[in-house]
Amino acid sequence: MFVNKYIIYYLVMDIYIRYMLQKMPVLNIKPLLYLPFKKSQVVYYSLGKTIFSFFNWAHAFFFVPFSIVLIIEGYNPLGVIGWHLGIMALFYCNNFINIMMNNKDSIFYPLVAILAIFGICQYYEWFDITVYSSPVFNMFYDIPWTAIIPWAALIGLYFGAFNYFKNNMYLDAGLATKHAIAKSEDYTWLNRFGNLGTFLKNDIKLIKRNKRSKTTVIMSFIFLFYGLLFFTNSIEAYDNPVWKIFAGIFISGGFLFSFGQFVPSWDSSYYPLMMSQNIQYKEYLSSKWYLIIIATIISTVLSVFYLYFGWDAYLAIIVGAIYNIGVNSYLVLWGGAYIKTPIDLTSNKKAFGDKQAFNVKTLLLTLPKLILPIVIYGLGHYLINPTAGYLFVALTGILGFAFKNLVFRKIEEVYKKEKYKTLLAYKQKA
Amino acid sequence: MIYAQNLTKVYGGKTVLNIESLEIPKGQSFGLVGNNGAGKTTFFSLLLDLIQPTTGKVINNEIQVNISEAWKPFTSAFIDETFLIGYLTPEEYFYFIGELRGQSKKDVDELLTSFEDFFHGEILGQKKYLRDLSKGNQKKVGIVASFIGEPQVIILDEPFANLDPTTQIRLKAIIKKLGQDREVTVLVSSHDLIHVTEVCERIVVLNNGGIVKDIQTSTETLKELELFFSG
Repeated sequence: MFVNKYIIYYLVMDIYIRYMLQKMPVLNIKPLLYLPFKKSQVVYYSLGKTIFSFFNWAHAFFFVPFSIVLIIEGYNPLGVIGWHLGIMALFYCNNFINIMMNNKDSIFYPLVAILAIFGICQYYEWFDITVYSSPVFNMFYDIPWTAIIPWAALIGLYFGAFNYFKNNMYLDAGLATKHAIAKSEDYTWLNRFGNLGTFLKNDIKLIKRNKRSKTTVIMSFIFLFYGLLFFTNSIEAYDNPVWKIFAGIFISGGFLFSFGQFVPSWDSSYYPLMMSQNIQYKEYLSSKWYLIIIATIISTVLSVFYLYFGWDAYLAIIVGAIYNIGVNSYLVLWGGAYIKTPIDLTSNKKAFGDKQAFNVKTLLLTLPKLILPIVIYGLGHYLINPTAGYLFVALTGILGFAFKNLVFRKIEEVYKKEKYKTLLAYKQKA
Repeated sequence: MIYAQNLTKVYGGKTVLNIESLEIPKGQSFGLVGNNGAGKTTFFSLLLDLIQPTTGKVINNEIQVNISEAWKPFTSAFIDETFLIGYLTPEEYFYFIGELRGQSKKDVDELLTSFEDFFHGEILGQKKYLRDLSKGNQKKVGIVASFIGEPQVIILDEPFANLDPTTQIRLKAIIKKLGQDREVTVLVSSHDLIHVTEVCERIVVLNNGGIVKDIQTSTETLKELELFFSG
């Protein structure tokens, strides 16, 4: 089976994602410690809770239909069931491995590095780990009862996690919150920008020192590769030329979308300070704007590898970047005023969508962000030629850039108008 | 300096603050006491334009706070931990506030040196972010930050809560000294009757959103307050 070849990578990706995102059960234990429960009951309960985690049952979406299809296709039902159960057990093994690794970077990063090396080796056909791993997965199919092996491993890991947990259930051991060693940073080179520099300094620290904002940066990096879906022609529906602009906007604007849409929510935990300090909205907004612009330019430079797909592909990205800088940068700041979701900087909770972030106003604002450039390009492309399409989109961006002061004043007004509502919304903890 | 007129705040039909008229002259050290829910923090939030008054207005040095923002340069406050930036070190936070208030790094350093006693070696150079400091130490940072930039109005909500005894005594001395400066108006709220009677020359008691007592502090004041609150 072809799937068995790559399942090893799937499993490691799974553990990687878990490590980054899955919330540790320890976080909720503290209040239980003082109550009259036996320690083992608390551990039993916390571990049990992780079993129902999204990160476990999400895989069923893929594997259950897949297994059913296999059976319908005439594969040996007993084998398929054995294979299915075996793989499921492995995912649950990941669950408990992750708990035991609990934020130990020293174990985690070497693991990722090893995987990356295997991946590169396989790509260049020096050494193929799947040759050794796929027989294991094939075995679950060929000899169904061998699926017991991962289940046995699972039970072992469960008890391992159980003991590990139980032994560390003290406020100063496993339950201790880690304190990072802080170093004051000056960034004196930003002083020349006056008050703008003051905010930029703060924003850089905000991004560097908080889990949630770091995730955003990683996400915008991943957006860089989003274009591969379009330019490799791997998905037929995306063959239409207007999709190139769509891709261009996303590739250069990953940070713009993931960070920008949550301005001013990034400052939600100290918004009352910002609102009572000697602060001009204009400088505050400018700082965020520059950050977005700088990130857009960096993304555009990094995406230079799209030249591999020809000048046309990279041109789409550059044009997308110009539109992002000239138009979308304002729109995200504007839309942010309506989002009002308090952000807990120290956790990744809700990092991937929150229903409050989708309201009518923000939805309406996505139209000019994504649809408008596509329409503008389409007009140029179909009425004249592709170059005209690019030109039109770029000109719209440049035009938007020229109106910066006017637009900023408007956005300022919106922020002022929404001030009390925003303060109230941020008071409800994330 | 500060003048509140017909000031009310209503939440869902319930009046949480109702002040007909209150004037705080320049240079006064003003104490606000009252039980939980009496409206102390609501009053301070209105002064800082963090909430909108249902009726009435607050005037700070001839500026109506919910219309112009010109009161911000000479007003500073520490209300709660939402006035701290958790991912900064105390030093970075002080410099940030300093820069916002037009103070050079040197000015801030000078001010910080004069509070070395108050910090008790637990704030500066600790290699910790504000979010990792204890509640009491966070409070010290917030209070001192509100002194940066020579503000004329300083608003402190419950400054004594969470502080250890030594720091409480030191803070009393600091506020008393500020009170002697006729240029600085200090507004303090507290649940501790002894502390406020010691540091404030005038004490206003809020109850259910209204002013029930307005006293010039004297030797009798503490007794009077204790009698009121035990009733």
